[in-house]
Amino acid sequence: MDLTYFIQQLINGLQLGSIYALVALGYTMVYGIAKLINFAHGDIIMVGSYFALICFLQFNLPLWATFLVVIALCALLGVVIEKIAYKPLRNSSRMSALITAIGVSFLLENLFLLIFSSNPRPFNNRFPSTVFTIGDLKISFLTLATFVITIVLMVGLSLFVGKTKLGKAMRAVSEDSGAAQLMGININNTISLTFAIGTGLAAAAAILYSSTYQQINPYMGMMLGLKAFIAAVIGGIGSIPGAMVGGLLLGLAQALITAYISSSMVDAIVFGILIVMLLVKPSGIFGKNVKEKV
Amino acid sequence: MKAKKILTISLALAMAATAFAGCGNKDDQNKDDKQQGAEGDTIKIGILAPLTGNVSVYGVATSNGSKLAIEKLNAEGGILGKQIEIASEDEEGDATKAVNAYNKLVGEGIVALVGDVTSKPTISVAQKSVKDNLPIITPTATAADVTTFGTNVYRTCFLDPYQGETMASYAKEKLGFNTVAILYDTSDDYSIGIAEAFKTKAEGLGMTVTNYEAFNTGDQDFKSQLTKINTSKPDALFIPSYYNTVALIATQAKEVGLNATLMGADGWDGTLEAVTEDNRDAIEGCYFANHYYTQDETPVVKDFVEAYRTAYGKDPISFSALGYDSVMILAQAIERAGSTDKEAIIAALAETDYTGVTGHITYENAEGNFGNPTKSVSIITIKDGQYALADQYTPGK
Repeated sequence: MDLTYFIQQLINGLQLGSIYALVALGYTMVYGIAKLINFAHGDIIMVGSYFALICFLQFNLPLWATFLVVIALCALLGVVIEKIAYKPLRNSSRMSALITAIGVSFLLENLFLLIFSSNPRPFNNRFPSTVFTIGDLKISFLTLATFVITIVLMVGLSLFVGKTKLGKAMRAVSEDSGAAQLMGININNTISLTFAIGTGLAAAAAILYSSTYQQINPYMGMMLGLKAFIAAVIGGIGSIPGAMVGGLLLGLAQALITAYISSSMVDAIVFGILIVMLLVKPSGIFGKNVKEKV
Repeated sequence: MKAKKILTISLALAMAATAFAGCGNKDDQNKDDKQQGAEGDTIKIGILAPLTGNVSVYGVATSNGSKLAIEKLNAEGGILGKQIEIASEDEEGDATKAVNAYNKLVGEGIVALVGDVTSKPTISVAQKSVKDNLPIITPTATAADVTTFGTNVYRTCFLDPYQGETMASYAKEKLGFNTVAILYDTSDDYSIGIAEAFKTKAEGLGMTVTNYEAFNTGDQDFKSQLTKINTSKPDALFIPSYYNTVALIATQAKEVGLNATLMGADGWDGTLEAVTEDNRDAIEGCYFANHYYTQDETPVVKDFVEAYRTAYGKDPISFSALGYDSVMILAQAIERAGSTDKEAIIAALAETDYTGVTGHITYENAEGNFGNPTKSVSIITIKDGQYALADQYTPGK
């Protein structure tokens, strides 16, 4: 098979990977600060997609306004979920919080199933439908936009966490929440902010994802969330560049396995990579080894 | 270290959940045969369908069709002079819940069951029902296995391999295609069954199968597979899957620049509505097998469509038509049997000679083909953004 084919498959993989990366950023962010695997994260994407659909169809909002409204609503939802479901469990075992997260995920799924039924809804792409052609290669505007937006958000997030005062507070809470509190950091606000950012990212991912595939349903977040979670683990959960790299790797792996090995083996191989990763380097590519303090 | 452990456990959980999602439980409760539902003034018929959940579109449509038939029969005086009572259960598209719901219905004393709707739960229910020897007619479960477990299970629809074979001969004989690619769902019996039959038949007819590509239920991205298929430029791409997935694949096929004619099976019903306006051209000129055609002018179809519209305010899909026909076939069998005795109903079902909404149906019950109807297939195309009947096709005729 020729070079054009290879590059086209790389582009397919990059597009899929960018979306995984964007979703994985939210997972990694919440895990890094709150040490919680937020299994409801995938469902926030589903919720965001329905919000976007309502913005488009009911209120006829332009794309940029939809982005703002949906991100704001989802961030708010994230904070509310944190306050109601996760905050009361902050001092109980991690397992309780994890199970609650799965519960929240089911709650959102079934709520939307009840409101919107299981019938998938067509979702119109409001991005320009331009396709750039270079020889036989095809790259859609949306593919480029997804890739660029993901990188911009990743860099922005790294800078925010690394350079700002709020970011410093987040890192402090992540390191040792007790000590952070003694230093005068408001833990509740910091964790709420983390959730707001995490779910805000999911909202951005939601619009890009739904515009790409142009169909939404109440179960769409499940598999996407699971794959993005794997991406976050491969990259090193808790690490922001790790989520990006993990997501892109996963997307590329899927495309190339389909292209050159077998499309019926894709999931088996992808999950296999995860198992090998956990055996060889459990902390992921960018993960730091956890130092035990004496 | 604790964090890592929890991470590992949760991953294991997530994987286990995926792995066990398809398993059914094999409880053996409800052994006692309850008294028959016909001893009162009514005849109790069970309807089992996924009324909520992922495949509720099919379940609700089928159940609505069945109920319409029962209302019609009751208005005309019932069967054997008795009114029909409906016992309806929702199984949410899940095999385990379907078996539980079945047990509940048997407990309520139904004389026969119309259901289940999708193949996977129907197989579980069929296996369970053999011991009870309860007459079952499934309107829409198309997997080959469904009727193989006992002599008590019949179906109204044609079955998966039959659709695959029919579409393969149609592609060769009527459309003159020589190369075909197949893209199917490896995690779905329905899709695998049709894909395999299509492949075997296509090769048997001398066509070249250029690609035999797979995906998994829940996948959203098919560009890699489609890019791969596009390199071999087949005449047709056969996609035996359900309308929501077909909508995704067709849209992406357009993006990738694939020029093949898209072909499919009865799961395509509803594709037009699942595609956005801008992408209607992606499915223009496709062909798929279906059970009947809504705009058919024959009185039985016309009356059914009108009655359904009046009752539910929307157009019936083929699932509704099959649900309707199933009840009619069963009612006629009970009339012929002259009683609600299970054995008598089952024997009478074999004598079926019925012309309904989905065509003329008989059961030849040949060796290896028990409980499956002999009927023609409607080939539907999409023309100018509308469904249209391309042909009433019986392979080999």
